[in-house]
Amino acid sequence: MPSEMCKNLLSQLSEYLDGELEAAFCTEIERHMAGCPDCRAVVNTMEKTIELYRIASNASRSEVPADVQDRLFKVLKIDAPTHGE
Amino acid sequence: MNSQDAFLEKLRAGDSVAFAQLVEANQRNVYNLALRMLNDPQEAEDVLQETFLSAYKALPGFEGRSSLSTWLYRIASNASLMRLRKKRPETTSIDEPLEMEEGESLPRQFVDWSSVPEDELLNGESRRMMDEAVAELPEGLRIVFVLRDIEGLSTQEAGEVLELSEAAVKTRLHRARLALREKLSAYFAERL
Repeated sequence: MPSEMCKNLLSQLSEYLDGELEAAFCTEIERHMAGCPDCRAVVNTMEKTIELYRIASNASRSEVPADVQDRLFKVLKIDAPTHGE
Repeated sequence: MNSQDAFLEKLRAGDSVAFAQLVEANQRNVYNLALRMLNDPQEAEDVLQETFLSAYKALPGFEGRSSLSTWLYRIASNASLMRLRKKRPETTSIDEPLEMEEGESLPRQFVDWSSVPEDELLNGESRRMMDEAVAELPEGLRIVFVLRDIEGLSTQEAGEVLELSEAAVKTRLHRARLALREKLSAYFAERL
C-alpha cells in the first residue's frame, strides 16, 4: 500500500521531471526515493517513457510527402516557394 | 517595422508569396499533429488542407496575440478534434474537466526497465506498441501529450493552442504520461 509520501511524489512527478518543482521539494522526493524501490522504479520508468517518445518522434517525424504537398498548394491556389540553386 | 511585422502585414494583405512561405514553414508541424491525432494519412491530409484554407481566410483578422505557429497548431488541433468527435460523438470535449477515477493514478507496474539500452527498447515492434498506446489515450489527454512531448511545445504554448489554463495542461500531460508509463512498463516487463 503506497504511503502518503508515495502518493504525494506521484502527483508531482511530471513537474519534478520537467524541473518545475522547488529545490526543497526535490530534495524531499530524492530522499524518499532512496528508501522506496517502488517509487524509484516509477520515477525512472516515467523519465525513460518521456525520453523514448522524444527520441522516437524525432526519428519518425514525417516530412509531408511530395504528392501531399503538391495537392496542398493546388488546393490553396498558390505556387510553392522556389528556392535558389 | 521589423521583418516579422512586415511579414504579418503581407499575410494580412493576402500576399500569396508570403502565404506560401508560411505554408512551407508550418506544413510539417500541422501534418504530424494531424497524423498523430487521427492515425490516418488521408485524414491528416484533409486536416492539412482545411487548416491552411481556414488560416488564409482568417489572416486579415489575425491580431498576433499568439505566434503564427501556435495559431496554426490551434486551427489544426480543432480540426482534428472535430473529426474525432464526428466519428465518436459521445467522447469528452477538450473544454470539459476530465475527472480522475478513483485509483486511476496509482501505478501498478513496478519493474524498473529504465537501464535497458535504448537500441534494445526502440525496435520496430516496440515503436508500434508506443504508437498504439498514444492512439488509445482519450483525445483530451492525447492532444496535450502530442503537443507537449512530441511536438515540443511549452506548457504555455500548449495552453494557448487549446485555450486551457497552464494548470489544466499540466494535469492532462501528467495523466497521459502515467497511462503511457503503465503500458510501456507492462510491455517491457514481459519481454526484458
